[in-house]
Amino acid sequence: MIEHLSPALLLPLALMVAFGGVAMPLMAEPYGRKATTIATGAVMALALALLIPLFSTVIGGQTVVMHLDWLPALGFNLGFRLDGLGMLFSILILGIGILVVLYAYYYLPDYDRLGRFYAFLLLFMSAMLGIVLSENLLLMVVFWEITSLSSFLLIAYKSDAYESRIAARMALVVTGGGGLALLAGVILLGQAAGSYELSAVIAAAESIKADPLYPVILTLVLLGAFTKSAQFPFHFWLPNAMAAPTPVSAYLHSATMVKAGVFLLARLYPVLSGTDAWVISVSVIGAITLVYGAYMAMYRDDFKGLLAYSTISHLGLITLLFGLSTPMSVVAGVFHIINHAIFKASLFMAAGIIDHECGTRDMRRVNGLFKLMPITATLAMVAAASMAGVPLLNGFLSKEMFFTEAVLFTGFDGAHLILPVFATIAGILAVAYSVRFIHDVFFNGEPVDLPRQPHEPPRWMRVPVEILVLLCLVVGMFPAWSVGSMLASAASAVLQAPLPAYDLKIWHGFNLAFVMSLIALAGGVGIYVMRRHLIEWHHKLPSLNSRTGFERLHRYLVDQAERLLRLLDNGSLQRYIALLCAFVLAYAGWAYSTGDRLPQGNSGIPFDIAAIIALAGLMLGTIGTTLLHHRRLLAVVLIGIVGLVVSLTFVRFSAPDLALTQLSVEVVTIVLMLLALYYLPQNSPKESSRSRIARDIVLAVAIGFGMAFITYVLLTSSFNTISGFYLQQSVPGGGGSNVVNVILVDFRGFDTLGEIAVLAMAALGAHALLDQLRLTPPAKDAVGRLWAEEAHPLFLKMLMRPLLPLALAVAVYIFLRGHNLPGGGFVAGLVTGVALILQSLAGGFSFAEDRLPKYYPPFLGLGLAFAAGVGLISWFFARPFLTSAHGHFGIPLLGDIELASVIIFDLGVYLVVVATVLLILTELGRLHIRGEKA
Amino acid sequence: MEAMLAIAIGLLSSCGVYLMLRARTFPVILGLTLLSYAVNLFLFASGRLVVNAPPIISSETSHYTDPIPQALVLTAIVIGFGMTAYIVTLALRGLSESGGDHVDMPEIVDNNATEAAIDSRPPAASQKEQQS
Repeated sequence: MIEHLSPALLLPLALMVAFGGVAMPLMAEPYGRKATTIATGAVMALALALLIPLFSTVIGGQTVVMHLDWLPALGFNLGFRLDGLGMLFSILILGIGILVVLYAYYYLPDYDRLGRFYAFLLLFMSAMLGIVLSENLLLMVVFWEITSLSSFLLIAYKSDAYESRIAARMALVVTGGGGLALLAGVILLGQAAGSYELSAVIAAAESIKADPLYPVILTLVLLGAFTKSAQFPFHFWLPNAMAAPTPVSAYLHSATMVKAGVFLLARLYPVLSGTDAWVISVSVIGAITLVYGAYMAMYRDDFKGLLAYSTISHLGLITLLFGLSTPMSVVAGVFHIINHAIFKASLFMAAGIIDHECGTRDMRRVNGLFKLMPITATLAMVAAASMAGVPLLNGFLSKEMFFTEAVLFTGFDGAHLILPVFATIAGILAVAYSVRFIHDVFFNGEPVDLPRQPHEPPRWMRVPVEILVLLCLVVGMFPAWSVGSMLASAASAVLQAPLPAYDLKIWHGFNLAFVMSLIALAGGVGIYVMRRHLIEWHHKLPSLNSRTGFERLHRYLVDQAERLLRLLDNGSLQRYIALLCAFVLAYAGWAYSTGDRLPQGNSGIPFDIAAIIALAGLMLGTIGTTLLHHRRLLAVVLIGIVGLVVSLTFVRFSAPDLALTQLSVEVVTIVLMLLALYYLPQNSPKESSRSRIARDIVLAVAIGFGMAFITYVLLTSSFNTISGFYLQQSVPGGGGSNVVNVILVDFRGFDTLGEIAVLAMAALGAHALLDQLRLTPPAKDAVGRLWAEEAHPLFLKMLMRPLLPLALAVAVYIFLRGHNLPGGGFVAGLVTGVALILQSLAGGFSFAEDRLPKYYPPFLGLGLAFAAGVGLISWFFARPFLTSAHGHFGIPLLGDIELASVIIFDLGVYLVVVATVLLILTELGRLHIRGEKA
Repeated sequence: MEAMLAIAIGLLSSCGVYLMLRARTFPVILGLTLLSYAVNLFLFASGRLVVNAPPIISSETSHYTDPIPQALVLTAIVIGFGMTAYIVTLALRGLSESGGDHVDMPEIVDNNATEAAIDSRPPAASQKEQQS
């Protein structure tokens, strides 16, 4: 196991190096551009070096898989995989990546410090690497989305240019949207297969194809693949993405971004291919893209745009080959992935050099460069010839394979006729645009009015192009020697079956495919010669400007969204609450009409006089508060009655802890409201319209009836409680006989920790709101009287001072007994808070201000630290968080006391409650002092 | 007794909702307080009404009411206070920022102006790929 595991660990290691390396260029930035470039290249080289030891295993036919459980319940695990396909792509991604880094150093202007650019590039590269090395499909989708996001950053690199931003947004919308479709598709796929691990999914291929959801899965996955690899009709983002700096184009549109789409097709080929739906949808889309891209490429005047459309066309070709689904077409598809990456990267780089030297990309002005920059011209011409499919170059080999497959394919009626004709037309167009690129740029007279005088670029800027062009030649002439084993292992990883017999050689005899190549070459040159007529004809066609179309759609959607938002979000909180209430009513009504009934059977308690009086008091308080809410002081008095009755209800129905808590909260709340009323207007204006009041009454009454009904049904239903456990375990397990307190501080201590944290947050929120708050209190009260001068009655003042130690003693008592009798940290905290606040009320806030702490947030933290700290201590005894301990201790003077460790937890609760109460009330009180001083 | 508690809870919710729908901050605070009472009582009621059986273990009795709803409601009461306190300070802050106590503060940010700056900007003078 270990010896099998250890080499596979290189996969996550390489990814960690790549993702971690994103920081490298940023760190190297202060040391200059060269250091930044070297650091970036070193990250890529290291990632590649980590993978190389695994390559021999992979070429030997094995798949390296590494698996680490992460969220096994969701099927989301760290699964990595290196097979032939992954190896091929890793080499392309990292190899071409290194060349692009070198190239960008010369391409980007000197004032660009490069750190940000290389960081984006590395992020993108790491995500690409993640896609091709993922065994877990969900993981792959995550990396997929990272490529969409990081390509957004790369395309928008020149963020001050409007074009770049629009192009980046478009690419993000299209590829990101496709990514969402892919996520949905992968989730369905994983559910159909029972696993998200690629190996298991491949093993379940037959059952997936038979699954009734197969068409949905296929559509969603293909949406992801087609948007990413710019297949018609999602192709439009790619030409616009040419607004990116050329190194980005050279990377994204040759070996990486767009190849992720075809990689996905290849990756899921063993799972999804072979059905009619696959063959038809993939090959038809591929074929349309192939011809459409080639056709559009001919008419570009901008040579980078020409390359962009040719990229679309070649991606269409690869898609078509995977769509045909014969073993040989797959080999051809994989081979073309390699070839296209090589020649297209070199062409983009050459285009970048020309653009760099001439200052424009318009082929009507950039002419005759062969005399001015012969070396670059030669390199570009070789690469373009490879793109056109000229013999002895790599592009020719895969194109020949494609022609052969087109001839041999018999998947549907008439295929033997349609496909070869189609393939030849595509070939002719490819030759035509390649010839146009070569002839227009390098020959065709003299340059016209160029912004600057072109000459050969710096020596090292050409090196990446030279390497790639050399590869074009080597692969073109010695295919079996150079890429044979890599191609075989990648193709067999795609097929998951024995490879078909094929021969990688330059000359296959004078067969039909070769004839088609000749026709394509001759036809392409012919079309180029007649280009003037064609261009005239093309310009008569209705122009299909995808960018304005996309922008119009985008604008329209934004407008509609804003309209909808204005409809729902008119800024009126009143309306939101009304909508919310209406929704609650409708939802509860729906639940009631469809749900089950509660079993009835609880015999009720007969009511008595005390209960009737209490209900009458509650009704008086509630209705009074509501009717008199315009007179606010009166309303506060009335709401106090309600609180009192609620406390009494708790007393009556065996809840002494709740009664204590409610009572002390009541005092604090009333003080709070009175303090607020000092600043707020004393009366509410009567401003609601009749219809508004009617609407509110309807809502309120309906909700009230609903609540009453639910409560009654609930109270009269029979039920089984789960509290038996707590009642039995309270004394033996928790060491306390007050079950409510034991639940709070012991059984459900973690909940309580969360709750006091919420309390502390509310207090801190209030603290933040009150900070720097300036309010001027009104000089007179509601009826126009001045505030009383002799503020604090002597009697109350005198009474309160001796009362304080007494109240604090009560608090301590309540706190200590809380574990066994009603009380505990919450109640004790409230009592302490009330006792201290009463001092302020009796003696004035200035009086209290001088004697109490001024700043409470540390106490909140201290309380939380106590509560959490005692929980952490249990870790030192190898117990779970918040495990309690208790025992009997003989303490002098007090005798034998049972103490539980949770008393410290309860102390934390106490501190948080006291600090919350004091923080809010003293800070509110301080507003007044602040106002007086100001 | 059950019917009476149901009436009480219904009344509290009804008045609470009505007050929450008012336009000024203070009635909303009152309404939230009433609604908190209603919700706490309702949660408490899910343990059913039991008289004279507090969940405090003693040797004299073996009849206890359900302690779980009580534990839930106890923290709910305290957190309810925290929430009320927060809303009160929010109301005061709103008073100081907008000068009034209406729940709907007047719009401060002009959305249209920001949007125009982001979206309708004309393309910058055709920027070249070329940067050097």
